[in-house]
Amino acid sequence: MSEMIYELKDLRVSFPDMSRKPLLGAAPRIDVLKGLTFDIPRGEVLGIVGGSGSGKSTLGRALIRLIEPDSGAILFEGTDITHLHEDNLRPLRRRFQMIFQDPMSSLNPRRRVGGIIAGPLRLQGLDNIRGRVEEALDMVGLLRHFASRYPHELSGGQRQRVGIARAIALKPDFILADEIVSGLDVSSQAQVLNLLESLVKDLGLTLAFISHDLSVIRRLCTRILVLYKGEIVENSETAELFANPKAEYTRTLLDAIPLPDPQQAWF
Amino acid sequence: MRDARGHIRRLPGLRLWLSGGWLTFLVLAAVFAPLISPHDPLAQDLFAGRLPPFFEQGADPAYLLGTDSLGRDVLSRMLYGARLALIVALVAGTLTCLIGATLGLIAGYYRGWADLVISRFIDIWMAFPPVLFAILLIAVLGTGLMSVIIAIVVIDWTRFARVVRAEAMGQGAMDYVASAQVAGRTRFGTALTEILPNVLPTIVALLTLEMGIAVIVEAILSFVNLSISTDQPTWGGMIAEGRTSIYQAWWVLVFPLFALFLTVLSFSQLGEGLKDHFDPVLR
Repeated sequence: MSEMIYELKDLRVSFPDMSRKPLLGAAPRIDVLKGLTFDIPRGEVLGIVGGSGSGKSTLGRALIRLIEPDSGAILFEGTDITHLHEDNLRPLRRRFQMIFQDPMSSLNPRRRVGGIIAGPLRLQGLDNIRGRVEEALDMVGLLRHFASRYPHELSGGQRQRVGIARAIALKPDFILADEIVSGLDVSSQAQVLNLLESLVKDLGLTLAFISHDLSVIRRLCTRILVLYKGEIVENSETAELFANPKAEYTRTLLDAIPLPDPQQAWF
Repeated sequence: MRDARGHIRRLPGLRLWLSGGWLTFLVLAAVFAPLISPHDPLAQDLFAGRLPPFFEQGADPAYLLGTDSLGRDVLSRMLYGARLALIVALVAGTLTCLIGATLGLIAGYYRGWADLVISRFIDIWMAFPPVLFAILLIAVLGTGLMSVIIAIVVIDWTRFARVVRAEAMGQGAMDYVASAQVAGRTRFGTALTEILPNVLPTIVALLTLEMGIAVIVEAILSFVNLSISTDQPTWGGMIAEGRTSIYQAWWVLVFPLFALFLTVLSFSQLGEGLKDHFDPVLR
């Protein structure tokens, strides 16, 4: 087994720009990721930050191959998955999972929670589905009778726990969390982050955590990747990045973190 | 962060009961038409022509809803007419639904060239005036039950295809579809087990609407004498015949028209009721 969960070399992704497509011929392409090279070692919690349009979600979706890159290479545990066909990718999918941003959209409204968590387990041909679903619910701190509820009956935080349960039920090696707390209120945010933190410790997960909020990332991540317009501008240990940020853009991001108590002269 | 939709409670399906009740009554009437019809629907009695219904003066109690100008019993003809109306509604509606919804699902979910081909085909198809198209088709195929059903399917599959395509496109953009891919579900499996259940309420509503429309189209074709042969009573045929004697015998036109109206209304209300009933979010 390789020490590196992911190895990325000169990863490039572009999308066709349909708004500037000429009447005849192909649409011009917009480069979203402009040659990213980095590794994710086993057991690391990697934060990926960047503003809107920096390509962080695209990077995430390329990592779990919801998007096929134009060029470069993605090695998952030593296997080249860059251009792997979906049929050959399917057996590997159990090992890298994703938690989505909006649980209202990522949970099928017509399935009960139990069915949502059991779906991937059945597809991957695992046994003892019921036991695994209950174990996953226990791990994310949801009562077992939630299995018979529909997503719309749950609160935002509970829904996101279902999303997490679905991902960890497969016991993957790697989980991608794409802005998973940005749709939640502050107290649910804290609960979900606490949960993720303890899961990372208990299960020894390798995690990539995408966010636009550095203060959220600081709590959770061991290393931080800063993206700006499709390029890596900084890739440092968390403490190092907060102590002396190298890139100009990182400094701007750090300045944007609201301080809990800027000045106490309100009254 | 509770979702407000969780609290919506609809009235316990009154319209579901009313529309279902009428349609059940109609099905029973159609099935048992030979047993409960007071007269042979084709038997003419020229001495008993244009007898009014039971509540008018000069009515014959043997002819509850009166007779037409050839002395045929209106009630018996309506009971037999219900058979054809329901056969057309069920068979034509279901076939239209299967063909249209399948094409719509493929176009909306798979997108790409499949969508391109199907969508352009729909656009071209819809440029034909539907009733003229049906009349033309029947003229080519010849009259008869099969021709009517084929004509309805051929005209109306686009209705399903368009709506289901749009719905499938919207559902396809949801993250639960991406999530199914992450879980290792095949494209086909996702279409069947993730998208279809979410499009199904729309399909059911459209299907019942289409059944109503099928009844109307059959009536229109009967009206222009292009439906089923004249020795089989249909509501449309009765309306067409009643039109010629509307001033002397209004009942020949009004009773089948009313049955037609109630049936079409019931089908569409049944669809809406079922849609609410099967939606876990609205239930």
